Amino acid sequence: MDVVLRTLLGALGMALVPLVAVVFLIWESRKVIARMQDRLGPTNAGTYAGPFALFQTVADGIKILTKELIIPQGADRGVFIAAPIVVVTVAIAVWAVIPLGPSGLQVVDLDVGAFYVVAISSLAPFSMIMAGWSSRNKYAEVGAFRAVSQIIGYEIPQVLSLLVPVLLSGSLRLQQIIQAQSVPFGAVVPLAALTYFLASVAELGRLPFELAEADSEIVAGYFTEYSGMMFGAFYLADFINNFTASIVFSVLFLGGWRGPWVDQVPLLGTFWLLLKAFMVFNVLVLFWAAMPRLRIDQVLAFNWKFLAPLSIATLIVTALVDKMLTAMAVEPWARSAGLLVANLLLGVAALVFLSIVGRRFTRRDTLRRPGLPTGLPDSDAA
Amino acid sequence: MVHPYAVVGLFLAIALVIGVVPIALAWLLSPKKLNPRKTQVYESGNPTFGEAWIEYKPQYYLYGLAYVVFGVEVALLFPWALAYDQLALFAVVEAVIFLLILGLGLAYVWRKGWLAWM
Repeated sequence: MDVVLRTLLGALGMALVPLVAVVFLIWESRKVIARMQDRLGPTNAGTYAGPFALFQTVADGIKILTKELIIPQGADRGVFIAAPIVVVTVAIAVWAVIPLGPSGLQVVDLDVGAFYVVAISSLAPFSMIMAGWSSRNKYAEVGAFRAVSQIIGYEIPQVLSLLVPVLLSGSLRLQQIIQAQSVPFGAVVPLAALTYFLASVAELGRLPFELAEADSEIVAGYFTEYSGMMFGAFYLADFINNFTASIVFSVLFLGGWRGPWVDQVPLLGTFWLLLKAFMVFNVLVLFWAAMPRLRIDQVLAFNWKFLAPLSIATLIVTALVDKMLTAMAVEPWARSAGLLVANLLLGVAALVFLSIVGRRFTRRDTLRRPGLPTGLPDSDAA
Repeated sequence: MVHPYAVVGLFLAIALVIGVVPIALAWLLSPKKLNPRKTQVYESGNPTFGEAWIEYKPQYYLYGLAYVVFGVEVALLFPWALAYDQLALFAVVEAVIFLLILGLGLAYVWRKGWLAWM
């Protein structure tokens, strides 16, 4: 009985961690973006909301509870109401396997942890297509189609580059993946880390891949028709997903809770992990503040014609090089260095390939539209 | 000792409660003064025109179809990556050939023009 009660309390506590963290992170990202745009962000100008308006998010949350919930005419009511519930449930459910510290600070160290993360987060497109289709709104529908085709596409490079840490650590348990990183995998296989990061930015629908809710084109995308707390659910889930993705990236590629003095003070591990995740999260926020938006065909082409082949190549090269180095029975540091060199060479090759292809495409584009000033006299056209 | 998947099930239930509670609370607290103009489908201020549930660009469907092929094949790679340490070079090369077939599939889809935006 005692064990059951402890499990229940632990699970409840862990489920509340993302909610509490998000209250702070929404405030923080609003402040950062405001500074990038030469504004102040939330302040105490109207009413007092704590020092530096720290509890602005709490005030917003209370306000949004009292907003009217409008269900549009002709909408599929059941699905319309279920969509925001599904999106929050899925966002929280991932936290069952997130390792916040060396021991104990994890609900359950599942033997298929990494697979669980992928499986649960791939449920997110369901809530988007539910929201977009049931709204019976054209903007919402376009947003849902975009979201789904983008997210399922980017799942391929994400999963393929997730397999690289799994392959190097020989386990799907997140704790074991962390323990295998005496050198963080981000420094051993930087190319896999980069493809994973880009794919998860696209999965999150963050700029520059913010096609699903492109506010200057399709109002708010798949959640255009949502109001009040139902809209709040999508907003909340968006931030939770961003934070979760930062933590998962830190666990897979930045060594998780590993850091100095963790052996003496285990609780310090939580601090290191949150610090790493916070830094990754802020990269996402800076992307959000600084990047322009791509077109949907560019986003899909970038995935299928570049990122997916690159992640296949990374997996092949890592597997073969690692096997060969193991067969030669080299020192662990030489193995890491060999993988790093192989990764960097592949990265350079990919960039050279991209620049050659890119130049060809640019030239073809200017040739097709003769009205545009090309700058140089074109011998082919003459 | 509680079974790990029982704990996951419990956690999913908690997550569902966290999803339901705010919306139920908002439904209790919020005003309910609907009128036909409020519930009109939003279309940038104009009266709603036509139907939204129509046949749509097939391009998205083609991408979805391509994903189904890749998604299944990628899922099959998980056991291989997990057992990688115990595998001989031969088994690794076999998986590489499998990955190359995956790449070949991508090249085929590309050549067929499915990846071009129409």
